[in-house]
Amino acid sequence: MNTVKSTLNRRQFLQQGTILTSGSFILGFQVPVQADSKVTVSAPLGSEPLMTDAFIRIDTDNTITLLMNHAEFGNGVYTSVAMMVAEELDIDWELLRWEAAPTEPAYFSPIFGEYLTAGSVSTAGAFVPMRIAGAKTRALLLAAAARYWQVSKETLPAIKGRVHSDDGRQITYGDLLPVIRAHGLTAPAQVELKESSEFKVLGKSHKRIEGAEKVTGQAIFSIDIKRPNMLYGSVVRPPVFGSQVIDFDATRAMAIPGVAKVKAIDAGVVVLAKDYWTAQKAAKLIAVEWDDLGRGHLSSEAFIAAYREMSNQPGMTAENIGDALEIHEQADTVFEAVYELPYLAHATMEPMNCTAAVTEDRCEIWVGTQNQGNDRTVVARLLGFKEEQVIIHRTLMGGTFGRRASKTADFITDAVQAAQGESVPVQIIWSREEDIRGGHYRPLFVHRLRGSLDQEGYPEAWHQRVVGQSIMQNTKHDPAYMVNGIDIYSVDGCLQAPFGVFPYGTTYQIPHHRIESHNPPKVGVYPHEWRAVGHTHTGVAYECFLDELAFHGQKDPLALRQHLAKDHARMSAVLARLRTETEWDSPLAKGRGRGVAARVYSVSPIAQAVEVTVNEDGGFTVDKVTCVVDCGFAVNPLGIEAQIQGGIMLGLNAVAYGVIDLVDGQVQQSNFHDYRPLRIHQMPEIEVHIVDSDAPPTGVGEQATTPIAPAVANALFDATGTRVRQFPLDRHGFTLIG
Amino acid sequence: MLKIRVNDQSHEISASPDTPLLWVLRDHLHLTGTKFGCGISLCGACTVHVDGEAVRSCTLPVAAVTGKAISTIEHLSKGKDYHPVQAAWLAEDVAQCGYCQSGQIMAAVALLNENPNPSDADIDTAMAGHVCRCGTYQKIRAAIHRAAHQV
Repeated sequence: MNTVKSTLNRRQFLQQGTILTSGSFILGFQVPVQADSKVTVSAPLGSEPLMTDAFIRIDTDNTITLLMNHAEFGNGVYTSVAMMVAEELDIDWELLRWEAAPTEPAYFSPIFGEYLTAGSVSTAGAFVPMRIAGAKTRALLLAAAARYWQVSKETLPAIKGRVHSDDGRQITYGDLLPVIRAHGLTAPAQVELKESSEFKVLGKSHKRIEGAEKVTGQAIFSIDIKRPNMLYGSVVRPPVFGSQVIDFDATRAMAIPGVAKVKAIDAGVVVLAKDYWTAQKAAKLIAVEWDDLGRGHLSSEAFIAAYREMSNQPGMTAENIGDALEIHEQADTVFEAVYELPYLAHATMEPMNCTAAVTEDRCEIWVGTQNQGNDRTVVARLLGFKEEQVIIHRTLMGGTFGRRASKTADFITDAVQAAQGESVPVQIIWSREEDIRGGHYRPLFVHRLRGSLDQEGYPEAWHQRVVGQSIMQNTKHDPAYMVNGIDIYSVDGCLQAPFGVFPYGTTYQIPHHRIESHNPPKVGVYPHEWRAVGHTHTGVAYECFLDELAFHGQKDPLALRQHLAKDHARMSAVLARLRTETEWDSPLAKGRGRGVAARVYSVSPIAQAVEVTVNEDGGFTVDKVTCVVDCGFAVNPLGIEAQIQGGIMLGLNAVAYGVIDLVDGQVQQSNFHDYRPLRIHQMPEIEVHIVDSDAPPTGVGEQATTPIAPAVANALFDATGTRVRQFPLDRHGFTLIG
Repeated sequence: MLKIRVNDQSHEISASPDTPLLWVLRDHLHLTGTKFGCGISLCGACTVHVDGEAVRSCTLPVAAVTGKAISTIEHLSKGKDYHPVQAAWLAEDVAQCGYCQSGQIMAAVALLNENPNPSDADIDTAMAGHVCRCGTYQKIRAAIHRAAHQV
């Protein structure tokens, strides 16, 4: 038997004894079995870290590392999860560490049952499991402390990473690891969680746990990955999205010093070089002959015209409450409007990128992704590998808004194909132009709406046809998200009743309510989730047309929503709160207007009211946004506020400027000059009110993105009497000043 | 070989002279805190200090900065001894995804060096070229005001 020499104070009565009696594992460290000192026992030498749970690792230096199954892209989930663990475990925050969990079944999203961070469900999904993980670890540590001090009580206080004895001694969690091992202790199968009234961490604002790395330049995003001898790659992509390479001439590119290789991959022609600049420079010198596969005629204008035409025809029936068609047949007046919503790019601050190393039997990938399970499947299929031969190392992400949950894993397969046949790792970085022209967009939608009023001026019958490419059809999510041929994301946000896997409706009750859906052919672009997905178009069409009916029925737009949602307690409370927080009924000066919109997305009701000022030329400012959200128990109010502010900004940005035009198969926009981001002086003042609730937590990540768009359009109508039904606003008479 | 001075250290770089400083910092010196956002000086993610002034490193050829003092986010502080602007960023919990924040912070430091007590309008003018897609603008403004009292 060998032991490692201890530097510990002799008075701490360290000995190696217990291990000998338990005989359960190999020596190599010393175990504190008793300590009568009031000083903390230092970490025994040579001992190993312990996974007390799939999500929690305690190291002997007393750091606690959380293995994060959900992805952090600004959403704050790392912080929320840490708070859940800390509530039960009582950690020393200074000693908290995190790392991205591997792609193993223990780390499935509990809601999706796959490796996916999406749908604003991370906090809801983690709320119970992560507290259980913390509680189990705590119970294990307390049992170890009881053994260590040889007391029967297993309910000693644990405070900031240490267990305290009744007689004033304390021991760190890390120092209890050898005791756990020595006695073969395991966490209990059942634990009791604290009641919310006992919470000390949850429900209080907590700053982001990775905040320090993000202000010092130390945070590692996918683009920051460096591997030994790595080459950098830039891809020449086709002007017509989806074209294939017929031939290319790389003579001039190869003459650039530092260029290592030029080759064709599925996405185009890739240049590998010693640095990214060299790769980019060489890529501009390559002449490529493309086969556009007959896509050269595609245009968004033609799509809109075709979809408008389709909206005149009956579609698949997604919902039919009452008999809207018959009511409209009998009505004196039926109001009709068509709304058009364009393609939108995500334009994350960190452009798409990925690093890959491929050998004969192993593919290693470093990437910021929301959907590592699908990425692994796609890559394994591409390489003819088994899934376990594909290893994905996840990093932080410089934004996603849905883009990094790519069903095609497009930004990953680029790097994998570029690295195939190379002896060194390859990092592919997309330029901003490639990123904006990448062809994965919020699909273009046309909504045709017809509505009639009852004798009191309230909406009586509502008929809406939704036309746009399906996101989920013919993808791995087809079985769960396609219901009778209808993509539930195409109609999410305009149904009154729950549909498919979405357990909520609009909260409004209109007696006759008919929703139809058309899935035009999936050509031209890849329809892609974009923060709030279906609501980004259904929400605009629905909430604007509701505003039209309010006007025709001479109803106050907020009062009308309160009337329609009166049977939904949570939405009613949200709307009532919005009314009081905004002084809704106070008069506004000429040239100013108010608008409102309310939505339920992924269970959380949210409503926003905006105030705008419009000048004679249609230039406008958004002066104030008031937002009320009920997301159940507010795990981290500071994080919720940030998500609401961010959602509002992104939604306002899109409604003000957001459009991707396809002309002759080519995307017209390319960088931030023509796909304009919102800037600091255009950011409205935003007031966030979170409804106090003890209900289980629900999402906030996507909820705020949608209401702002119709609320602004409605406010512009209020100010000017002009109704915009095509977007973005700056193409249709109203330009956000700045 | 090009000689440049970054964060008080001299480096010899074997990059072509037209290489933007951004890619020298990132790919040759592995100083990855400075970010690539647009490549044409439209977003500010690549902002560094050259002789104390905030500049866009994505369009600045490295040959133009030999002999000048280049400073990056990595040089703003040591350990937990944060620069007041970083401390203010933490106090306001500004960052979301965090990708643009190196550039935002470098711009804010330069602003406060010039103008120790900026108004909202001053902040808008100085920061309007810095894009954040997460929507942290309101907190950026608050953090700059907070830092102004401490610089």
